[in-house]
Amino acid sequence: MTATAETTDTTKAIGRPIRRKEDERLLHGRTNWTDNIQLPGTIHMATLRSPMAHAKITNIDISAAVASEGVLHVYIGADFPDLPGTTCVWPVTDDIVMSHMPAICTDEVRYVGDVVAIVLATDQNLAVDALQLIDIDYEPLGAVVDMEEALKPGSPLVHESAGTNLCYTAKMPCGDYEAAKAKADVVVSRRFINQRLIPNTMEPRSVVAAPMGMSDEITIWTSTQIPHVLRVLLALLTGIPENHIRVVAPDVGGGFGAKLQINREEVLALVLAKKLGRPIKWTEARSEHFVSTHHGRDQIQDIEIAATKDGTVLGMKVDLLADMGAYLQIITPGTPLLGMFMYSGIYKMEALDFTCTGVYTTKTPTDAYRGAGRPESTYAIERIMDELAAELGMEPMELRKKNWIKHDEFPYTQIAGLTYDTGNYEAATERAMEMFGYEALRVEQEARRAAGDPVQLGIGISTFTEMCGLAPSRTLGALKYVAGGWEHCTVRALPTGKIELITGTSPHGQGHETAWSQIASDIIGVPVEDIEVVHGDTGRSPYGMDTYGSRSLAVGGQAIKLAGERLVEKARIIAAHQLEVSPDDVEFSAGTYSVKGDPEKSTTIQAVAFEAFTAHNLPDGVEPTLSGEATVDPLDFSYPHGTHLAAMEVDTETGKVTLRKYVCVDDCGVQINPMIVEGQVHGGVAQGIAQAMYEGAVYDAEGNLLTASLAEYLLPSAADLPSFDTDRTVTPSTTHPLGTKGIGEAGAIASTPAIINGVIDAIRHLGVNNIDMPASPMTVWRAIQAAKSGGN
Amino acid sequence: MIPASFDYVKATSVDGAVAALVKGGEDAKVLGGGQSLLPVLRLRLNAPSVLIDVSEVGEMRSVTDDGDSILIGASVTTYEVMHNELVKEHAGLLSLTAGVVADPAIRHKGTFGGSVAHADPAGDLPTVAAALDCEMVIAGPNGRRTVAAKDFFVDYFTTALAADEVLVAVRVPKLGAGWSYNYQKFNRTAQAWAIVGVAAAVKSENGTITEARVALTNMGATPIRATGVEAALAGASSSEAIAAAASKAADGTSPTSDLHADGEYRKHLAQVLTRRAVQAASGI
Repeated sequence: MTATAETTDTTKAIGRPIRRKEDERLLHGRTNWTDNIQLPGTIHMATLRSPMAHAKITNIDISAAVASEGVLHVYIGADFPDLPGTTCVWPVTDDIVMSHMPAICTDEVRYVGDVVAIVLATDQNLAVDALQLIDIDYEPLGAVVDMEEALKPGSPLVHESAGTNLCYTAKMPCGDYEAAKAKADVVVSRRFINQRLIPNTMEPRSVVAAPMGMSDEITIWTSTQIPHVLRVLLALLTGIPENHIRVVAPDVGGGFGAKLQINREEVLALVLAKKLGRPIKWTEARSEHFVSTHHGRDQIQDIEIAATKDGTVLGMKVDLLADMGAYLQIITPGTPLLGMFMYSGIYKMEALDFTCTGVYTTKTPTDAYRGAGRPESTYAIERIMDELAAELGMEPMELRKKNWIKHDEFPYTQIAGLTYDTGNYEAATERAMEMFGYEALRVEQEARRAAGDPVQLGIGISTFTEMCGLAPSRTLGALKYVAGGWEHCTVRALPTGKIELITGTSPHGQGHETAWSQIASDIIGVPVEDIEVVHGDTGRSPYGMDTYGSRSLAVGGQAIKLAGERLVEKARIIAAHQLEVSPDDVEFSAGTYSVKGDPEKSTTIQAVAFEAFTAHNLPDGVEPTLSGEATVDPLDFSYPHGTHLAAMEVDTETGKVTLRKYVCVDDCGVQINPMIVEGQVHGGVAQGIAQAMYEGAVYDAEGNLLTASLAEYLLPSAADLPSFDTDRTVTPSTTHPLGTKGIGEAGAIASTPAIINGVIDAIRHLGVNNIDMPASPMTVWRAIQAAKSGGN
Repeated sequence: MIPASFDYVKATSVDGAVAALVKGGEDAKVLGGGQSLLPVLRLRLNAPSVLIDVSEVGEMRSVTDDGDSILIGASVTTYEVMHNELVKEHAGLLSLTAGVVADPAIRHKGTFGGSVAHADPAGDLPTVAAALDCEMVIAGPNGRRTVAAKDFFVDYFTTALAADEVLVAVRVPKLGAGWSYNYQKFNRTAQAWAIVGVAAAVKSENGTITEARVALTNMGATPIRATGVEAALAGASSSEAIAAAASKAADGTSPTSDLHADGEYRKHLAQVLTRRAVQAASGI
């Protein structure tokens, strides 16, 4: 069932667009970023990074740095010869070529930004000053920048001992593509470049590690999305017992996947805090961030689609080259494969032939970035659908309608084997087209073409779905991922009637404190403001799998519901005892337990919490204290979807692209807090537009990052974007007990192909059928010039 | 990043600033609003031993009417240039262009004189200084001198200012009646530097351009006056004539190539933007 309006039941917290609890603290600067943490006796760490993409270290002279003011220690690779700087938990194939990223390079550097030495000083400025006094001799080994060159015989090898730059080849043949192609009237192939992106969070990475004195515990505060996973990995990498490590993610200023990582600076801070017995602090500069925090995307996509002349899609062939960068980090090889199952998008087809080849290059490692694999797959399918429509002479929306899964065909098992539980592509599309004024814009487009207007208009379509809620642990295991995907929640009713909700998710801007309170409020019947959400601290929330892949609500939300229900059930037993009736005769509603048929006889959950605390009069066999605990491992993913439409203007004289209007109708199922959903949509859409129009890492042939600051690497600001017109349809998920899906990445997944389809739609009549991202003015102008002169 | 350490002198007069510069020697640098210099220091591309802050020197903070010209103190901020009534009245091209420099935060800190003295060829305000035939008032250990814009901008980030001199003010000749103007800034994001910019001021009588000033941003090492265009515009009274004149905009230029635009594309843009600037200014 799909509803188009936001339903607001005033007796419920779920569904209300209440303001985020977090915001007052954030807006007043009362935040606790890692870099704000000031501990007595702190030693400041600074990192010296390789200026060479690939070289042998032939000599290091640290004497001047050691003698520099305030410097306590200078360490090089030889000081920690066996200490790894990261680890990869997703060896995607049996014959994958793994890599070893040392905490500090010993004899070879493999990308500009690789760590070659660290300085510890009494002051951050003095530590940075001393970096310039370290003298290192390098012998160049040859940069490997281009993936296709990297695979050619004779290319310099990123990892000499591997004997190849080929990291892995993953194949997933679904159906018989060659048979499908043989039946096709039309086969369209394109090469798409899903360019390398550099995630930029407002807060750069930062870490403080400190021995706590009263025990063997070392607390590590770090700007991370994954405190729980990180604790396990830090223990495994350093040999420090896991029960001696407490990881805290304080206020974290954005992540987008860039903080889903185990970083060498975290490893070093932890090891040095233990070794020296003092707090160690490190915070990256923005320019350091550009080369050292993992990058995203970076795929060459060779896409082929086969269809009959009436527009029925038969099959699709996907051949990817995916740039790993110099080393495999936490899920580097798995990131492109997170999109593997999604290349067919919302469409029915009989074959999907998928191959992905991971390639090592001498560049910053890649890893998850908002959407991780699904933006790439969505871009490929939505772009190739437009190309197929053009080839067939069909209206691109009509082609989509012809091939998408109809609302009455759910649940639908698509070609890659996923079962989409629910969806209503018709409803979202109809609403989006109405808001967009689709037909009127088509008329305007025709008029501008006929008039030869220097500014042409295009309509970009993206009808997408994605896969949320990295969860089913068995599925992850089958994909060779070495961790599970469950999530935990404990709801504790405190003696004073206040609630502590302890979650294993780890927000970094998503508003979990508010949304989780809303869920718990409805289940246990206490006001939202009486619920405190505890997160991001392995000392206070011991179980969790953290926040990434739009999993927090999709997985963590289920744990909240179950934990809350268990608390309510335990309290029912105590309440029944107090009311001197059987638990079966007690009704629970809005925080009150009352006797069936005698509602005057009642007690509240707060009163029960106090009884559970004093334990003066509990029923036999009932333990004191009142809490509910749940660890949930869902059986399936969830599949939000939506229709995004972009009106693009292209100035054919200059190539400048302007986004005139953007409409998106998303379906993320039941919305816990529509205001938070709205925020996630806006941010995601902007980030996807940024990939289409502005962002893109550029390296020179020597492996130097040319876009190494915000002056060269362009991020749009509010001044560059129009006001987005958004709405939602609500088709509840049936795999999730709350009916929710996920919304954190949808905008970034959907918007990129909408923009590029719109740009090409504006100038296709001039002979342009592809634009590599970002659609910069020069790129677009050159494409128009090339088309005019007969090539493209 | 963190700049290398440096000494800091807060100047309270032009003479004091000059004295501090002389004392500081080759490694001394003048600090205005800091919007260009501080990033350079933070990236450690430069490490001056002493910064002499002129942002609050009284003489350099005012805009005054000086007969045929207005005198804009070098430490007047871009925001103040944008909103100052004298500037609006007599040098509208300058206030218009100030409004497209970077973003509001930078406009509030960055100064007109700082932009001119920094001489980034991608800067918008130096181009306007060139278009309006401004004069730079310079103070040094031997007193004051005045340098015309055409002689002031020497090369990339290089001006006629000696190491021991301070730019005190910019003298902007009043345009007078009959002039209209426009600035076309072409960039990829609202806050970014100009890939190419074109400043145009035209004097028209009865639908015919009688005199034109056209200057280009980021089309070479310095702001460039498009003299061929200016000559061709005299007498122009149709859009075709303007387009024909504008097609000369890139003549004799050798613009740089970078990530956002190569030289050939810049030359193309200069022509399109010149046509648009002149059309917008003249209404023809």
